[in-house]
Amino acid sequence: MVAGGGGLIRFEGINKTFNSGGRSLEAVGEINLTVQEGEVITLVGPSGCGKSTLLNMAAGLMKPTAGVVCYRGNPVTGLNRHVGYMTQSDHLLPWRSIAKNIAVPLEIKGLSRVKTSARVAELIDLVGLTGFESAFPTQVSGGMRKRAALARLLASDPETLLMDEPFAALDAQLRIAMQTELLRVREKFGKTILFVTHDPDEAISIADRCVIFSGRPGRIVRVLDTGLPRRRDLAKLRFEPEFLTLARGLWEQLTPDMHAEACS
Amino acid sequence: MTDVLKINVMRLILAVAFLWGWEYAATAYKLSFYISRPSEIYARLLLWVGDGTLAKHLFVTIYVAISGFVLGSIAGLLVGLVLGRAKTLARVLDPFLMAFYSMPKVALAPVFVLWFGVDTSMKVIFVATVVFFLVFINTYSGVRNVSREQLTILRLMGASELNLLTKIVFPSALVWVFAGLRLSVPYSLIGTILGEMTATNKGLGYLLANTAGTFDTAGTFTTLFVIILLSMTFNGVVRVLEHVLMPWRIEHDAEEATI
Ligand SMILES: Nc1ncnc2c1ncn2[C@@H]1O[C@H](COP(=O)(O)OP(=O)(O)OP(=O)(O)O)[C@@H](O)[C@H]1O
Ligand SMILES: [Mg+2]
Repeated sequence: MVAGGGGLIRFEGINKTFNSGGRSLEAVGEINLTVQEGEVITLVGPSGCGKSTLLNMAAGLMKPTAGVVCYRGNPVTGLNRHVGYMTQSDHLLPWRSIAKNIAVPLEIKGLSRVKTSARVAELIDLVGLTGFESAFPTQVSGGMRKRAALARLLASDPETLLMDEPFAALDAQLRIAMQTELLRVREKFGKTILFVTHDPDEAISIADRCVIFSGRPGRIVRVLDTGLPRRRDLAKLRFEPEFLTLARGLWEQLTPDMHAEACS
Repeated sequence: MTDVLKINVMRLILAVAFLWGWEYAATAYKLSFYISRPSEIYARLLLWVGDGTLAKHLFVTIYVAISGFVLGSIAGLLVGLVLGRAKTLARVLDPFLMAFYSMPKVALAPVFVLWFGVDTSMKVIFVATVVFFLVFINTYSGVRNVSREQLTILRLMGASELNLLTKIVFPSALVWVFAGLRLSVPYSLIGTILGEMTATNKGLGYLLANTAGTFDTAGTFTTLFVIILLSMTFNGVVRVLEHVLMPWRIEHDAEEATI
């Protein structure tokens, strides 16, 4: 069964309703969204509006209550192994050092020891964890764990990256460095990225398109086309007028009440 | 550092005071028939070490306890791993296993004598049975408590069932396995000594029953002392093994508590 239409990932009439403890709760609904290959899409919206739920369905961890998620035209039924998923909590393996955690996907692929350790060293350097290779996850900070999880995701080298607030725990400079790296990876390898964030600036600056959700039950209220070039200098971007206009638009969308009050 | 020294000095004082009190009470109130005396126990220990009595009985007990412990742990580990992964089978067997688990294993001793006679193999099998259940139950719980999120993330990375087993299931169950092993140490000694008390003419259990039966209180207390030392040594070995196999756990202990 191959549905019509293009796009890499298609959410078609998606609804997800949870039934727990006799109560049914609609997390997210009426979702129609097509993600093009090589695109960076950011998802923003109030807490609990179903952003993580959408990523879970794209990864095939959950079935939609209604509608269908298609990946390359095929409905996602089981686990979707084309995607890598950096979840909201890092889920590192506590019995493995940081370096060994990053090595997991390489070991699964059956890479030689030499190649594995070379690649791990590269990634450790990339995410700035040099000196913490042999530390256990419980011994490093929250932001460092996030970076280790990012390095592990990059090591697994999936076609599509699902990222749930990956940079929330990082300081401003590190965050820009990681965002830049992410865009570089997209540029170089043509990755597709679905990226959840609560930071409106981030939602604009790294996105080709930014999807804005309403509060629960989550609905898409707007899809903002940033029109920003694929190659961009994130450090400078935030002072440029086109970015400021977009960011202002998003802020107003996310906090309509505040602006209404300010105007009256 | 000074803290450690202080604690150790206090321990030493306590031990000396206890031994002196014991010696004094036994002599002054003529109680040595019931509680022996530290000096007598010390003399007996030297005697038994000298004439080989101790070595003879000690080695039999060590042999039985260790063989039973190793056999029981390996079997418990394997069955725990398999049943932990095979959900349907585990559900079918659950009530039977629980029934068997809740039975006091000591009650099995006479049955084992009936089946395997009174020689060494009976005691080894008895100890192995007791240890098996402790290790099995703990391994099983460990495997069932593996984080589903961790499994899912590795599955997305293309992990095979073997990958999951070696990279997640086993290491995360290891903490539980060791809880079972630690519990098993005293039980393996209880099993061995009990077996030796019921049926045999060698081992520390026999020595215990024999000295008590002949009102040789010093002999009984000396045997008890040796049993305590043995048990502490076994515990120490398990703890060292634990630190070697689970380095992330010690590091964990060394950390400051955080919330
Ligand atoms: N497994 C689940 N069982 C029951 N309810 C769930 C489950 N997962 C999510 N929900 C509910 O669905 C809603 C959406 O959850 P989700 O985690 O997708 O929100 P989110 O947009 O990612 O929020 P946040 O920004 O806080 O991470 C929430 O109300 C949550 O309680
Ligand atoms: Mg979320």
